[in-house]
This record gives sequence, structure tokens and C-alpha cells, in this order.
Amino acid sequence: MNPQRIDGLGPGSFELDGKEVEFAPGDTILRAATRAGHYIPHLCWKPEFAPHGSCRLCTVKVNGRMGAACTVLAGSGQEVQSDTAELNAQRKTLLQMLFVEGNHFCPSCEKSGDCLLQATAYEMGMEGPFFEEFYPNRPVDASHPDVLLDLNRCILCALCVRASATVDGKHVFSIDGHGIQTRLIVNSPSGLLGDSELQAGDSAARVCPVGAILPKRRGFVIPIGQRRFDLSPVSEQVEKDAT
Amino acid sequence: MSTETLNKLIARHDASPHALVQILREAQVLQGWLPRETLGQIAQALGLTLAHVQGVAGFYRFLHTRPVGSYRVLFSNNITDRMLGVDALMRDLCQRLGVTRAQVRADGRVSVDLASCTGLCDQGPALLVNHHHVVTRLSPGRIEHLAALIEDQVLPSLWPAEWSRVDDQIQLADVKLGPQPAPGEALGAAMARGPQGMLDELKRSKLRGRGGAGYPTATKWELCRNAPGQMHYVVCNADEGEPGTFKDRVLLTSYADAVIEGMTIAAWVTGARRGLIYLRGEYRYLLEHLHAVLERRRAQRLLGHGIRGHAGFDFSIDIHVGAGAYVCGEESALIESLEGKRGTPRIRPPFPVEHGYLGQPTTVNNVETFADVTHIALHGGDWWSRIGTRQSTGTKIHCVSGDCERPGLYEYPFGTRVGRILEDCGARDTQAVQVGGPSGVCLSAFEFNRHIAFEDVPTAGAFMVFDRSRDMFTVARNFAHFFAHESCGFCTPCRVGTKLVVRRMEKLQRGDGSAADVRVLFKLDQLMHGTTHCGLGAAACNPLRDTIAKFRPAYERHLQSLHFVPDFDLDAELSQARLATARDDTGAHLENME
Repeated sequence: MNPQRIDGLGPGSFELDGKEVEFAPGDTILRAATRAGHYIPHLCWKPEFAPHGSCRLCTVKVNGRMGAACTVLAGSGQEVQSDTAELNAQRKTLLQMLFVEGNHFCPSCEKSGDCLLQATAYEMGMEGPFFEEFYPNRPVDASHPDVLLDLNRCILCALCVRASATVDGKHVFSIDGHGIQTRLIVNSPSGLLGDSELQAGDSAARVCPVGAILPKRRGFVIPIGQRRFDLSPVSEQVEKDAT
Repeated sequence: MSTETLNKLIARHDASPHALVQILREAQVLQGWLPRETLGQIAQALGLTLAHVQGVAGFYRFLHTRPVGSYRVLFSNNITDRMLGVDALMRDLCQRLGVTRAQVRADGRVSVDLASCTGLCDQGPALLVNHHHVVTRLSPGRIEHLAALIEDQVLPSLWPAEWSRVDDQIQLADVKLGPQPAPGEALGAAMARGPQGMLDELKRSKLRGRGGAGYPTATKWELCRNAPGQMHYVVCNADEGEPGTFKDRVLLTSYADAVIEGMTIAAWVTGARRGLIYLRGEYRYLLEHLHAVLERRRAQRLLGHGIRGHAGFDFSIDIHVGAGAYVCGEESALIESLEGKRGTPRIRPPFPVEHGYLGQPTTVNNVETFADVTHIALHGGDWWSRIGTRQSTGTKIHCVSGDCERPGLYEYPFGTRVGRILEDCGARDTQAVQVGGPSGVCLSAFEFNRHIAFEDVPTAGAFMVFDRSRDMFTVARNFAHFFAHESCGFCTPCRVGTKLVVRRMEKLQRGDGSAADVRVLFKLDQLMHGTTHCGLGAAACNPLRDTIAKFRPAYERHLQSLHFVPDFDLDAELSQARLATARDDTGAHLENME
């Protein structure tokens, strides 16, 4: 809490890994970096939604101090480190945590090749889970005619929660529980997706960065090998994110 | 519960979604738990979704969305309670009642489980019944009697009064725990100075927050005072959840006037018209007492409209009872909880002083800080700044528990030597002291000459003493379980990291650990320090790091070998196969295979 806080009040520029990045008033470091075409790994952030700050993948060093790039406001003269061996090693560990916490079997997942978790893991050179798998017992909800909900793959980024609330105005998803028992829940009398107001065209039905919320009857329409992250690594697709 | 009863309860809270946690708490008191149907009724009445209400209820440890026993017995799981034998007492009670821990007995009568520290470490082992009644100084005799009372369905309010006796146990008093001013005296002095004059006095005192972080109180109040908003709020953080801390319990019991007067002075300075006390759920038994103090102060015109006859100085205080969530001690999580939401810490900035309760400027201060303010208003900032050290002025209350002859509260000026406190409380053959609770620092004997102060050993108040008979690995393991139990689950490193730490500690405890596991613990500590969303996760490995660094032999005793040992036990993996084939002969066990 600095009484002389000046960050974010005007435009300016900061340095990201030695490169100058311009920012607009109110920009976070991640927003400004993405707009300028620089990649900072992230999972729970999308430019059209308010920052959440839960995955912590985008943790950077700002003037030597750690902070999530999606929540730290850009300020003139900041020296931001992101693409360093130390920070990328931490990102790899965070990714490994997400992998062992859920049940992520890429070879059998329809999202493979289009999955931000998988693509970011490749980007960070993750070759294995390192930690022991938790193998949680999580349900699959196939009650909806057009959308499948598989909580085994949920990484609790809450993008669907935000999309349903702010874009669709439906509040279909919420977060329940605490600690390692934290889970995504559905707003409907039965708690099942089929009873909810979700429709296939909703933002919440399409925003999932992993394979937790999937459209039905679309399996392998695009063959494996020709999908988004099969064509180029996630770090080279920053511009698409920014638009 | 009838719809009418529930509707009355909701109407008492003006059907406000911000009162959701209070409504859930009170609805649960009426029927023991919160069935989905009740959640739905509440959601509808408050204009919220069922999933939102379910998510809020599911966040708090003291709210139950599945049936629990009519008697819900929670043993305090702090390390000091464990050292006093809470484990054996709980096993004894479970056996007497024929109930398995964490399960409801078939007849629905009783459930028994562990809870985080209940703040009665100086008179433990302790337990909490139905999130309301406390039983202190547990003994095998009390457990035997207690089991009989539960079987006879005697209401906890009719149990022997002696059982719920909670003593202040003030062992050493200085300015705060000594003789108290008459109610209104300090407020009168503050008002005579004017709001700016009182703020200047506070600046001169150099008072720093007593919740642990040590932020200058005058700066916080000034920021709040200057922040634009329709309403300003003063919040008293009485969510004393840090294990081993119980000073706020005593301050609210016997010094409530000083605390509330400090809040009123904060209102005078910041221009707030409303105050809130966030009382931790474990201290629910203090609610009636606090309401009575507020009522009396209203009658004395020290609260309400035109305080002390000053037209326009209006200030009222409400009490919000928590529902079992350590993370709500973090000020932005506390505000989320006050607003009826899950207690997830907010993204900062903006800070509460600008954007706090209901988006309005809010100052959140610790119970002890408010009491300090009252004495500063009375005796002046210069007087206060002469006590303690240059950077840490005034006195600090220490909650002493563990291996010592005289546990209880000790008030010292800042700058007091750790060893002095150990001498005064009658600690002998001391191996270590955990200062400031699990998120604080673990000091070993060669550090007992260090001093309690923000510039040396900072503290939020806990002072847990361990003599040489204790295994410091067991202490760290207890703290690891605490953090995993209390993680809010929001961010990856804390949600998964605290669990991974517990798994490593259990592996070491089983004797299956290796040096590689200790290295992984180091790695997790480093990661969580830098990447978590809030201070809970950042501090979660503090006890681990300290004890590995200072008591490494305690860990190595638990290592099977200094070389790699796999995370899984090959023979244990076969247990399902043995079960399926109904075999348990020697050939079905791995160690017997060639």
C-alpha cells in the first residue's frame, strides 16, 4: 500500500525482458505485453474478461518483486522479468501441479492440440508430471444435449464462471468447496448441466481453455495434427489472443 | 424448518445478499445443517442463484451442506492441544460413542472431528460443540461424562458450567492489560483534539498494526479518511485464526470497552458512520456479551446518534460472526466474507482503504490495535512512542502456550528479549519457540537472545513453547495439515502445494521418506513464497523451512534412507488385488516374492 501510487494513471512504457513495452492507462502488465505481441504464459486470463489471478502462471518479477502479470498494473519505468530460467521453472512446476491435481490424459482427450494447458506445458518443456498423481474421483456430466462437462479436466480458471455471468448474463457456473476440494458447480435445480440455462452458443460453453467443457458431436472434426497448437506453439499465437 | 421461520430470519437481515453468511449461519442453528432445499429458498429470497449460495456455504468449514450429528463435537487440532493429549481424548470419545471420526453416527446423534485452533491453547485441550459451546481443560474424566451427557441428549447449555469456564489468565500486564479508563474518557480526549488532531497524535505515536504486518495505523486511517466515497467503514478484525493466538479472545472478554472505544475513535478520524466487528466463529460464545457492551455504550451515548452530545457524530457497530475460515483474517478476504461471499482474498490494489466494504473506503484493524488507539488518545502519542523501540513503539500482548509452567497472556514493551519471556512463563529445557504462529518464525535456542520487534522478530501474538522432549518434525507436520485444511483453494500453488506438502510430510512420517523428499519440500516452499495470491499460501511453508534448517536431525530420523524411495508402496498397491481375490497368504505379498 503505497500512498504515492502512480502506476496505471497515465500512459507510459516499461521494460519486459529488456524490450520496451508501451501501456495505456489502467493496463496490467499482461494486457500491455499481449497487445505488443509479447508472450507471458497464462491460463486463467483472457483479454475480454476481468483478471482473476488464480492460475499464477503469469507470475513475473517487477523491479525484483514477484507478482501476477495479469493483476499488477503497468507503471512507467518498471523492469519486468518474465522469460527467465527461474520463472519458467516455477511455471513448469505450477503446470505439473495442475496436471496431477486433475485427471489429464492428453492422448484420449478431444481437446488435445487445442488445449491451452497442454500447449503451455509443451512451451515450458514439461516432460512429465514429476509429482505423484492425485487421481481424484470427479464426475462427468453428460446430461446436456449439446455440451459435455468433464470435471476431471477442470483447472478452476473460472473463465466459464466469468463468461456466463458477464457475457451470457446467466450465472450458470459457480465455485464450491475449499482447498483441494474446490470444484466447479452448475446452477440448476439438480446441479446437472442439462437442467441449466446453458446453450451451445453461449460464451460460457466455448470459453474453456482445456477439455472440461466441450461441444458434443464435434469429436475429431479437425484431425489431430492440424489443430491450433499443432500448427504453431502457443508463444507464437499471442496476436490472436490480443484481438 | 418452516418456510415462515426462514422468511422471518431472512427479513431480520432485510433480505440483503450481503448478509448471506449470517443468514446461512443462523439457518443452520435452527436445523443443524443446510439442506439443498433451504439453500434454494435462501437463494430465491435474496435474488441469488442456488449455485452461488451453495458455493458460499461450501466455502466455510462451519457450514454443512450434508447432514451432521445433532451434537457436532470439534476437537481443537492445534499443536499445543495435541501436546496436551487431544488425540487420545478424541479416540476415547469416539470409542465411547461408537462413532468414527468425520462420520455421522447411524442414529444421527453425534459427529466428532478435528478443527483448527480454537484459541484456548492456554487452557486446553479444548473442544467446540455445535459451533457455539466450548469445553476447556479436557480430561479423561470430562470425556467420560461428556459421552454420557450426549447419550442422554442433555443440551450443551445444560452441561456443567465449569466446563465452559474460560479464564483470561493474564500473567503479566502493562498499559493495555492494566487498569482501564472509564468508558468514554479516551473518546472525549480524541474528540477534544478534533479528527485531524487525533490523527496527528496517532502519527506521533508511530503505532503499527498488531495483526502481524505492522502497517502504520495513522497512514491507513489517513488514506481511508482522504479516499472519496459515499460511506466510510471501520472494521475490527476479530478473526483470530492464527494457531496459538488468543489475545483477542481476552481483549473482547474483559477489555471490550477499550476495543470498541478505539473503533469509535477511528470513526471520528475517518468520518465513518458504520463499524463492523468480524468475530471468528470459534468465539461465537462471546456474542451476547459483546451485544450487551454495545447496548450499554449506546445508552451511555458513546455509540449511536450525536455521540457524547456532538451533533453529526453518528456511529453504530454491527457484529458479523465468521463460520470457520482462517483465510478471512486477511483483510480483503474478510471484507468479501462481510459482503456475504466466499472468503477469497481480492486482487490488490485497490486496497480496502480506497475500495473496501461494498466498494467504499474501509479501514480494517486488529482488535489489539484498536485497544492501543484508546490508550494513545488518553495519554498522547509521545507517551506511546517512548515505550518500545524506535521502529516498534508501544507494547505487544503475547499468547504463551505449550511447554511452560504459566501459560496465558504476557504484555511487554516491544524490544523484549525472547529469553526473558521464556524465563517469565517458567519454560524449562526449551528447544524451540514458534513466534507469531505457523505463519511466523520458529526460533531455536541459539536465537533466544533476539528481540520481539518488527525490525527483529515480528509477531501477531502467538508464542508456542516446545521443550526438548518434542519432535519438531511433528510440529511442522501439524502446521502443514493446518495450511492445507485452511487453503481457500483459489490459486494453484496454495491449493495444490499445501496438499503436496502434506503428502510429503505423511510419507516422511510413515518412514518412507528420502533426502529427495526434503529437497522437494524446499522447492515447494520457494514456489509458494513467490507465486501465491495471498499471504496464507506464501507463509504456508514457513514452519517447514525453519524446522528443516534448524532441526534437520528431526527430519532425518524419519528418512528411510538418504537415497530415493518411490512415492508408492508396491506391496500396498496389491491390496485391492488381494481384496478381490480374497487372498492374504504369503504368496500374495510382494516382499515374499523372489
